[in-house]
Amino acid sequence: MDPGLDVLRSWVRPRLRYAGQGLLLALLAATAHVTLFVLSVVALVCTVLGVGLYAVPAVTAAVRRLADLNRRLAGAWTGVEVPAPYRPLPAGAGVWRRYGWVVTDPATWRDLLWLLLAMPVNLVLGVLPSALLLYGVEGVVGVPLLLWRLGAWYGYGVIWPIDGAFDALLTVPQGALIALLGLLVGDHVRWLQACVVRALLGPTRGAALRQRVQQLTESRAETVDAQAAELRRIERDLHDGAQARLVALRMSIGLAEQLMTRDPEAAQKLLAEARETSARALGELRDLVRGIHPPVLAERGLDGAVRALAVALPIPVEVDVDLPGRPPAPVESAAYFAVAESVANLTKHSRARHAWVRLRHDRGRLTMVVADDGVGGADPSAGTGLRGIERRLAAFDGTVSVTSPPGGGTTVTMELPCELSSPRTSPSSGTG
Amino acid sequence: MRVVIAEDLALLRDGLTRLLQAFDFEVVATVDNGPALLPALTTHRPDVAVVDVRLPPTFTDEGLQAAIQARAQIPGLPILVLSQHVEQLYARELLADRAGAVGYLLKDRVGDVGQFVDAVRRVAAGGTVMDPEVVAQLLVRRETKPLHRLTPREREVLGLMAEGRSNAAIANRLFVTEKAVSKHINNIFGKLGLPPSEDDNRRVLAVLAYLNA
Repeated sequence: MDPGLDVLRSWVRPRLRYAGQGLLLALLAATAHVTLFVLSVVALVCTVLGVGLYAVPAVTAAVRRLADLNRRLAGAWTGVEVPAPYRPLPAGAGVWRRYGWVVTDPATWRDLLWLLLAMPVNLVLGVLPSALLLYGVEGVVGVPLLLWRLGAWYGYGVIWPIDGAFDALLTVPQGALIALLGLLVGDHVRWLQACVVRALLGPTRGAALRQRVQQLTESRAETVDAQAAELRRIERDLHDGAQARLVALRMSIGLAEQLMTRDPEAAQKLLAEARETSARALGELRDLVRGIHPPVLAERGLDGAVRALAVALPIPVEVDVDLPGRPPAPVESAAYFAVAESVANLTKHSRARHAWVRLRHDRGRLTMVVADDGVGGADPSAGTGLRGIERRLAAFDGTVSVTSPPGGGTTVTMELPCELSSPRTSPSSGTG
Repeated sequence: MRVVIAEDLALLRDGLTRLLQAFDFEVVATVDNGPALLPALTTHRPDVAVVDVRLPPTFTDEGLQAAIQARAQIPGLPILVLSQHVEQLYARELLADRAGAVGYLLKDRVGDVGQFVDAVRRVAAGGTVMDPEVVAQLLVRRETKPLHRLTPREREVLGLMAEGRSNAAIANRLFVTEKAVSKHINNIFGKLGLPPSEDDNRRVLAVLAYLNA
């Protein structure tokens, strides 16, 4: 196959699709928009008769489905999602509440406005690329053909009327140019339509803020809960562990003091026991400290801590960290525990032979990827591990996503918005 | 034997000083922060230094860094590093120069006075001493295939070897003859594909290098 032709085809094909999509939207504008707008107005008017109490929510549901379709299209076309701004339906709402929920939501009225405004916009813009294309094709093929058959024509492009063979031939380049224009405008038309959708169907500032408040309330509640649980755990560990051992230690030493003169041998045994107990208390405290804030994280930052984590694993782990500085301490800690948890999960479940950890910071986001070549098929909704990571990261507006096709390994991608402090001057880089 | 001690907590610094003096060490300098450590090591050139990993002013790993830098300037300067926690990563960095005369122990071990002093002496004599915890961490790397082929006894011997113990010490610990120990060691070296060696230090390095690979 001729590569030039291939390039041409891959250029033309998506542009033909744009034109088709435009036509589809134009068709919807001429049918669904008109019908739904009329129905909405009728239903609202019918409120007086009581029928509207049922009709308005029903019609609104249909309008919202059409609007959602447009949001999805606009999201796909511009690469930026358009969130739906509707208020959530109150639980157990009766007829009146449902009606009230629909008519008091400003998004309902903005939908109606969009139905009306998008009608002419989508009709004109949607038809434009196809119309230009058709007219162009007519110029290239149709006009010379007809002239040849009939001998006369009203005109084409900028030449009115067409008079003679030369004028007729000129329609060919004109037609080609116009068809090209039709192909070129398709993408811009889509973009314009997406802008209209975003402006009218996207959340207003107020709605966006409301959603944000909702999200923050949830994540804060979870963070507070998690923190309280963590403190309880630490308290329990100290109480049953180091604290109890110190009590035993005091007892042993006290008793040894008593026995020192009377029974030196027994005293020595008690002291040996005390030493043993103190060793265990130290071990427990060390484990506890590691769980609160790993010392290696304090000493080496995220880079060193993740490397230290990898070295201690039973499978080879490739660590690739490129961070120009250090994130704020709380973010760093959350990031570390998120990576540690993912790595722990993979060693527990994946049966992997090899794993990768990759940390990057780009455009205000810290991205952490933990991947393995294991059995895959991890169900993100099943384990509590992922939920824990999610909660940890949510406190900082971070996100986690998992791809795990059966047999295709598992990739956990975590993102945390944060700024890095200026690079730490590492003592190891200095010349001694 | 001349010692330099680097420890920021006065209580521990004085304790260490007293402990080592009681065993006839001469403490030539004590340091309580990172920047002062490197000059202290290079000017005093002690027979052995006992260094805390975490020191002021940044409370990160400057004790470890100073130790590594000092050994870069004076190869094989005996240094025993102490820490509240042990990391394989740090062990690897300390062993990287393969010069021996290096130790890495949990601070807890100071409590076992006899063993601790023994460890200081072994480092001063050019030996390598790794904390049992480091060794344990290494040995749980189940996937390190050749380790499967070791018998439990051989694993035990390997662990003690990595802690820097001599054949005699291992024999003592396991209640077997020295001859039995060297037989175990030959078996281990054979199974791990390492060249046999009688030198304690090279032995530990070889094992650790192998396990770290």
